[in-house]
Amino acid sequence: MIMKKKWDLTATVAGVTFPNPVIAASGVYGFGEYYTDLYPLSLLGGISCKGLTLHKRQGNTPPRVAETPAGMLNSVGLQNPGVDTFIEKHLPRLKREGANIIIANIAGDTPEDYAEIASKLDGTDVDMLEVNISCPNVKKGGAAWGVSCEGAALVTKTVRTATKKPIMIKLTPNVTDITEIAKAVESEGADAVSLINTLLGMRIDIRTKRPILHRNVGGLSGPAVFPVAVRMVWQVVNAVKIDVVGMGGINSAEDAVEMMLAGAKAVQIGTAIISDPLAPLKIIGGLEHYMDINGIKKIDEFVGGVKPW
Amino acid sequence: MPYKCGSYHIIEKTAISAGVYSYVILCPDVAEAAKPGQFVHIKVEGFTLRRPISICDIDRRNGSIRIVFEIRGHGTAKLTDANVGDSIDMIAPLGNGFTLQESIALDRRIITVGGGIGTAPLFGVAKVFRESATAILGFRSYDKIILANDFKQNDVHVITCTDDGSVGLKGTVTAPLEAELAKGDVDMVYACGPQPMLAAIVQICEKSGVPCEVSLEQRMGCGVGACAVCACELKSGMLMVCRDGPVFKGEEVVL
Repeated sequence: MIMKKKWDLTATVAGVTFPNPVIAASGVYGFGEYYTDLYPLSLLGGISCKGLTLHKRQGNTPPRVAETPAGMLNSVGLQNPGVDTFIEKHLPRLKREGANIIIANIAGDTPEDYAEIASKLDGTDVDMLEVNISCPNVKKGGAAWGVSCEGAALVTKTVRTATKKPIMIKLTPNVTDITEIAKAVESEGADAVSLINTLLGMRIDIRTKRPILHRNVGGLSGPAVFPVAVRMVWQVVNAVKIDVVGMGGINSAEDAVEMMLAGAKAVQIGTAIISDPLAPLKIIGGLEHYMDINGIKKIDEFVGGVKPW
Repeated sequence: MPYKCGSYHIIEKTAISAGVYSYVILCPDVAEAAKPGQFVHIKVEGFTLRRPISICDIDRRNGSIRIVFEIRGHGTAKLTDANVGDSIDMIAPLGNGFTLQESIALDRRIITVGGGIGTAPLFGVAKVFRESATAILGFRSYDKIILANDFKQNDVHVITCTDDGSVGLKGTVTAPLEAELAKGDVDMVYACGPQPMLAAIVQICEKSGVPCEVSLEQRMGCGVGACAVCACELKSGMLMVCRDGPVFKGEEVVL
């Protein structure tokens, strides 16, 4: 007997349908190869792969991580094998292992880099591109494009012409007004935005007087940033018409519901996976429970359901 | 080798020296799969990052492993609140572990060199080779000595050194290592400890032409290879301590 699920967890972002709204965030999940000991990738709504650059990158000198109150700092610096290796090696394996929606996260030094990566991915099985204009841990590119409307618009426009795949622009919170950036990328043809990337932070060892991260500063993530993320998602949802994917410190199903009430069509889970590799499954189960006890049949019934004062 | 993620009970807790604790954890599935040199990744209540702790001993018959760790900061201090009967959330076994040859000739031996808390992961190695193992243990002073009796009880030949000479040889582990290697009957050296110590050991082994393996430490994130924060620079490029290590061949490391 096939049990029909009482709840429809499907989420649609930029025309792409996810079987559930829980996506592993870029940077904590590699290319899906490290968690298959614990559960099949098919249980996740989607996977946003580790940020891809045109060529292989070594990343930053360690230490690259520091504990913070209710969170962590990281400074990985986009260590990745390059887009070609991803297409040859990692993408076929992700498909073989039953991953649902596959999002390729891409990062470049120049708009031309972004365009070249996007066009390489255009003919592949990737379902969506997430354009990272918000990495705080690299010197060139990354957040340099995401902190101005002009830069964000230019990258979006360039990627738009290079691919027919849906594009989602990943925004940085390290700006004065995130809604302006969101509007700028919307006007250049972005299909969705995802936010927030990490907040720039720093920790210092008081004994050695050395910053804990070798690059001195890095990106803050985890529960500490969650209220900032909810606020920014809510602001962006109210400023643009395109879909918004929320992330930043989501640690439980309650957090996911809160983010979706703020208007996120789907959520990405990052740091919570580092703390607990089973976090995405617990969040999916918790969402079903929330829908069950509240008599909700489809997630659209509560997405954007916040009642502001 | 697949790893597990779950909740396991502590069945024995001992404070073995000031700020150093030994826990025996009942985890038959982990014990079955674990190898010396691998580690466990423990969730500490109230902290985002797990704490990687090396496996000191594996008891397959009892279905348990033993970990020995030092209080380094708030996280490891909090971990010592856990008592016998409490459960701890861990991902294990992780990492590659030491390369152990299947058998050793009667006239040959291996050497383990441990500095401070770095002694812990080497106990499991020495225990495999017993009388064919020599353990060089280095500590700051007599009150910091850990596990020396555990090695001795397993028929391992133990050489203890202290920086202040309060017990055993005065000075670092390097002089006794050179002396032992000079005897010409050593197949392999296994080492774990502070980075300057490892650098010296790698150099000494290279000079003697004896292969060595070192266990490295790095601030860690996921523990399974996904998040790329625990990088260490090797001659072949940037590798992950959690997944590619923590054990690396001496000739590969940049120290």
